[in-house]
Amino acid sequence: MSESAVSRPSTGTISGKSIVLDNVTKQYPGQSSPAVDGVTLEIPAGKIVMLVGPSGCGKTTTLKMINRLIEPTKGRIVLGDEDVTSIGGDELRRRIGYVIQAGGLFPHMTVAANIAIVPKMLGWDKGRIAARVDELLELVSLDPAQYRDRFPKELSGGQQQRVGVARALAADPPVLLMDEPFGAVDPITRQRLQDELLSIQEEVQKTIVIVTHDFDEAVKLGDWIVVFTEGARIVQYDTPERILAEPANAFVENFIGSGAGLKQLTLRRVGEVTLADAVTVHAGEAAASAIEKMERADHNHVVVLDDRERPVQWLSRRQLARLDTLTDVPEDKLPVVGQGATLNDALDTMLVSSAGAALVTGRRDVFLGVITVETVMDAITAARASAAASIGGPVGTNSDAIPTVAPDAPTSAGSSMSQAHDD
Amino acid sequence: MTDAAVEARVTTVGGAATWKGLIVQPAAIAAVLAGFLVWLNLAPLTASERSTLDPASLWGSTLEHLSLTFVAASIVLVIAIPLGVLLTRPALRRLRGPVLFIANFGQAAPAIGMIVLLAMLITSGYWASIVALVIYAALPVLRNTVIGILGVDSSLVEAGRGMGMSAASVLFRVELPLAVPVMLAGIRTALVLLVGAAALAAFVNGGGLGLLITTGVNLYLFSVLISGALLIALLALTIDWLGRVVEHVARPKGL
Ligand SMILES: Nc1ncnc2c1ncn2[C@@H]1O[C@H](COP(=O)(O)OP(=O)(O)OP(=O)(O)O)[C@@H](O)[C@H]1O
Ligand SMILES: [Mg+2]
Repeated sequence: MSESAVSRPSTGTISGKSIVLDNVTKQYPGQSSPAVDGVTLEIPAGKIVMLVGPSGCGKTTTLKMINRLIEPTKGRIVLGDEDVTSIGGDELRRRIGYVIQAGGLFPHMTVAANIAIVPKMLGWDKGRIAARVDELLELVSLDPAQYRDRFPKELSGGQQQRVGVARALAADPPVLLMDEPFGAVDPITRQRLQDELLSIQEEVQKTIVIVTHDFDEAVKLGDWIVVFTEGARIVQYDTPERILAEPANAFVENFIGSGAGLKQLTLRRVGEVTLADAVTVHAGEAAASAIEKMERADHNHVVVLDDRERPVQWLSRRQLARLDTLTDVPEDKLPVVGQGATLNDALDTMLVSSAGAALVTGRRDVFLGVITVETVMDAITAARASAAASIGGPVGTNSDAIPTVAPDAPTSAGSSMSQAHDD
Repeated sequence: MTDAAVEARVTTVGGAATWKGLIVQPAAIAAVLAGFLVWLNLAPLTASERSTLDPASLWGSTLEHLSLTFVAASIVLVIAIPLGVLLTRPALRRLRGPVLFIANFGQAAPAIGMIVLLAMLITSGYWASIVALVIYAALPVLRNTVIGILGVDSSLVEAGRGMGMSAASVLFRVELPLAVPVMLAGIRTALVLLVGAAALAAFVNGGGLGLLITTGVNLYLFSVLISGALLIALLALTIDWLGRVVEHVARPKGL
């Protein structure tokens, strides 16, 4: 399996628990066919699983059966190694974070009071609650002193959504459920919230299930994506890479929409590809010695670094010829990307600068190397090949994912799932 | 509560415009009342007019009137608010239409007829009036309780349940607090209706300022009749004003 493409750099330890839906069905009264039809789904601990599919296909119903806001008609739900199908719904929900669109904050309570609801129900003492509120506000990038006593209407939509996430994390639940959490904010805020969720997840390592309409969001956030069709039938359950490279059928292809190749670029980070070397010189050196170094390396450009190894200028042979000594005055529009940026961002930076390449920086903006259009092309070809190869192998996705012991290998996938429940 | 004290509390809650509105009303009421008292002292009244409009008996009738109003209002609250809450629970959703229809009917039925009818069943004129007034004024409280609770964004209820709050806890900590403004408006409407309708109690010996009106009609004492009507109107406006003040003060912060 192309494991490397899935795993993200992780700093925390997994605090999430796995979730198993075992042959779960929801039949609403007075409807001819079930809204959710015998779904078996294993959600691995500490991963983000995205539920996508057309409107009305049963995503929300599936999600709400996990915390039993909707009672399943049939089937079992297992959280970690505990069957929670018949324990008290309220008690179960206190152990599962729940985030809805626009945050769902109570308008008559302050930010702190909103976050404190579950800890209070669990009987925490005041000091512990106050400390937790501040800790969570920090986690979602809101200054506690400034925001804890505000009312929700005194926050922007994005800030409300952040508080909604903080509230869901209040009692440190192993599982977080989110129903179109970023559906109500503008695209720029949405991107920022998505990035933040990913960095929070790096730290907390919860099991997160997210319903979304937005396939790009699913690709960006998901470790795994479930594509549903009518009746919550699973069409494909796979990594974003494999869904993009090998959509199970025309339905999934349609759902991905155009630009699958470009979407794959968002899956890889600049830090994951091999960078090209560059000739580096330091500010203060003579231009002549820079030219000499450049010629020795048979390059056409040099990168000028300041005293902290940060790139300040990127000079061509012609530009160098006009200079005496190199200064550390930063060049306008220097094409720089961080190593955490996606290949998509990098490509964008390259296309905007005329260079056809970009400088890559690491921690503290230290210069690491150069990324070129060719590097991006090679990376994407390799990714497609490895995603395809992992499917085309002799075993096939289903069987190689069946051993339930592997924490990051969901059991169900594609056609065999729906077959299993068609009979 | 002195005006100054009320003013001070209101400024902290509403904006300048709202509390200005809240001062004008009591000022107007006080001015009209002062005018009435001056007229009462200076006007050339007949002996029988003077005895009915004697300040002590006016005060007594006012207290009776307030008693009718507030006793009926308390009973309305005790019945209509819990009933309204119940009608918003999913299990009883089906009863909502029929119950509101009956309450509508209670308000639409002529109050005078109801009072006289009830007086035939209940010997005490006071209690017959109370029962009729309760039937008459239950609708606004019932309806606003239902509307107020149904008006709470359903996603907030879902968020509460989703966090593991029980249905009762969501009701008391989310739905009712957020419904308070609408419910208070309904209660104020009911009180104002009650002040007016309590005048009818005099027809069945229930007491109150309505006595001035019946006396005025029976004995052709128009100054007495007008005085009664004026005092009832002033009382209604005062209670309306008090209701507005309470609505401002009790409005949940953050809305
Ligand atoms: N409370 C309910 N009573 C009856 N039918 C319902 C109820 N909730 C949902 N349904 C039906 O169940 C099906 C699945 O609904 P669900 O809300 O899970 O869809 P969804 O995938 O979340 O859609 P969307 O993307 O539009 O949110 C739909 O056909 C819907 O009409
Ligand atoms: Mg939905």
